[in-house]
Amino acid sequence: MKALSRFRDADTVHHIATEIRRLALDRPVRFMEVCGGHTAVIYRSALTDLLPEEVQLLSGPGCPVCVTGNDFIDQAVALAELPEITIATFGDLVRVPGSTRSLTDVRACGCDIQVFYSPMDALTWALKHPDRTVVFLGLGFETTACTLAATLAECVRSEIHNFRFLSSLKTMPPALRALLSSQKVAIDGFILPGHVITVTGLEVFQFIAREFSIPSVVSGFEPSDLMEALLMLCRQIKQDHAEVENQYRRVVRYTGNPQAQALIEKMFEPCDMQWRGFGAIPLSGLKLRPQFSCWDAENIPVEVEPTREHPGCRCGEVLCGIIHPSECTLFGSVCTPETPLGACMVSAEGACAAVYHFAPLSEKV
Amino acid sequence: MQRFIRRLFVDRFANPILSTLEDAALVSLDGDHLAFTTDSYVIKPLKFPGGDIGKLSVCGTVNDLVVMGARPLYLSVGFILEEGLKLDLLERIVTSTAETAIIAGVQIVTGDTKVVPRGECDGVFINTSGIGVIPLGKGLSDSPFASGDAILISGTVGDHGIAVLSAREELQFQTNVDSDCAPLNDLIFSVLSVSSAVKWMRDPTRGGVAAVLSEMVESKPYGALIYEADIPVRDDVSAVCELLGFDPLHLANEGKVVMVVEADEVNHVLQLLRNHPLGRAAAIIGHITGEGAGYVHVQTAVGGVRRLQRPAGELLPRIC
Amino acid sequence: MCLAIPMRLLEHDGQSGIVEIGGARREVMLTLTPDARINDYLIVHAGYALEILDEDEAERTLALLREIEKYGS
Repeated sequence: MKALSRFRDADTVHHIATEIRRLALDRPVRFMEVCGGHTAVIYRSALTDLLPEEVQLLSGPGCPVCVTGNDFIDQAVALAELPEITIATFGDLVRVPGSTRSLTDVRACGCDIQVFYSPMDALTWALKHPDRTVVFLGLGFETTACTLAATLAECVRSEIHNFRFLSSLKTMPPALRALLSSQKVAIDGFILPGHVITVTGLEVFQFIAREFSIPSVVSGFEPSDLMEALLMLCRQIKQDHAEVENQYRRVVRYTGNPQAQALIEKMFEPCDMQWRGFGAIPLSGLKLRPQFSCWDAENIPVEVEPTREHPGCRCGEVLCGIIHPSECTLFGSVCTPETPLGACMVSAEGACAAVYHFAPLSEKV
Repeated sequence: MQRFIRRLFVDRFANPILSTLEDAALVSLDGDHLAFTTDSYVIKPLKFPGGDIGKLSVCGTVNDLVVMGARPLYLSVGFILEEGLKLDLLERIVTSTAETAIIAGVQIVTGDTKVVPRGECDGVFINTSGIGVIPLGKGLSDSPFASGDAILISGTVGDHGIAVLSAREELQFQTNVDSDCAPLNDLIFSVLSVSSAVKWMRDPTRGGVAAVLSEMVESKPYGALIYEADIPVRDDVSAVCELLGFDPLHLANEGKVVMVVEADEVNHVLQLLRNHPLGRAAAIIGHITGEGAGYVHVQTAVGGVRRLQRPAGELLPRIC
Repeated sequence: MCLAIPMRLLEHDGQSGIVEIGGARREVMLTLTPDARINDYLIVHAGYALEILDEDEAERTLALLREIEKYGS
């Protein structure tokens, strides 16, 4: 486990925190992380305990489950109820509530829901079960989009026709641009998603510095990565400087992964997409190109119930960093991980779930 | 689920012994102190590296008796069989049940078998009930918890959970991890026979260490603090958890015990555990605290403090 | 999002390979990392290798962190 443990050393993390303190920023700063993976590490390691008070961390729209509206789950649930359909999904989606039901609920009624770690495993399953039509729920950002593109390319190449794809894939740069343009929340810097940028490269995020003059750092996922990224952000602030820096140099190349980008380009085209908390963001989603329409689950005729979001659910504001989860009146009372009303509470990376599960008692409001 | 159990079953059956909801019920019969427990086993797959449902059904019930300080004596076993179950598989499971009972020193004295139509159970469901006797003067200490009491675990966490997951086809990963499924009577009595410093024990099965510690402190005037860096985890278990997004503290263990021990005696108890083959990797993982009553906190590997997440139920692999 | 961890490539046939970390093994698709070689550490997400870990950069990062430690203490 040396590959991971080298970047988790407690002494290293403490010394970087000391260096951040030594910089002695002269004002409070708010840094937003836009990756559920970073949210999870920050809360699970309790990194904020080590930071000086003036450095505050905000969670942004980085959890793909959280930013996906109820309509996607409603459509998945409706498809699941068709007798010939097997829903293939990542585990992340199974407990997420739709307008009235989750995949867990319909599985209990006999619907066929199969959980896979890899879309390629789902394709292999489809090959072994030719009597079933497998609908894969495509959720995620660019990191996952390239794996889905690769699987779908193989599906097309092998002419496997009992495999379909329902897309809720989203891309990060348009969402960050929408967040910054909305000016809903003051942000002094971004911790950027290391694995998304492994795929996309840094260029598509340069607008953060060039157009908005906001510092940002691409971060890895170990505690010392995040600490180093925070130090780099603080140094940019101190030097009154804004650029997109790369902390995750051991993985992220400036140009990203060209094979991954090419496969996404080949299989998908940009489309407008609804984001919880933002509404419709133009060209922020990915859908299958028209020539692959026979693999597109959007074309399966099914009646979907009208979408309703829970009144009082403030996931949208949480996702924009406008409120802290504990400021939602439903938080911890009617909305809990056992009885989630919104995606932010049920997703393993949701900000609400992170605060509910991990925030020490002293932090609970 | 706990609230549901309380409302539907506990309140209806209404008696003070049941309402404690311990791992085994402690009853008195003509002066003898007995422990009585029951459990049902509905796992899938039926066989996994290191064991099968038969072995599990004996170990699970024996261990529920032992953690209450009772010497297990007799088991009943009820089999519900799915029509069409292969006979050689059933024979292997029954053999495994019998062999484990011998190792655990218990006799299976009564049983039942039912067959249900195809599709109405997953191959085999097993229920075992067990009776044990609490040796006079050799049970758990009846001192209340005190701030500073140590929390120990007898070995590495998550082995059983990962062994079972590795046998599930849809996750497609391989490890050398075997289930730790084992009867704990010998290990635990090697401690209880010479030390009266053990105040509490549980076997962290479904829901793992997180579940038993959370239940231990819930609604109590004390809390617990555990140290992430001190929790013993095998490298391969840790690796699978990293890959699939699991917390090792949420994974099931079927051959481990968590103990609360008087602070002054912890090194003695630790040594007793480590002297036994099933306790070589025993470790102190935390202590009881006066602050944070009702909750378990974790000091993370990098020195921050967070609360321990209660397990959610079904273990689902994540990619996010 | 994007749980992905470094795993060492043990063997491959070009299209897919076997990776391991800490003794845990899985098949991984190499579609996105055609230049991967035996003993490379690959960043694995959802059953695909996304990138090859640059060991030299990893060492440079660790050296930089050690510099910060020395400076701080």
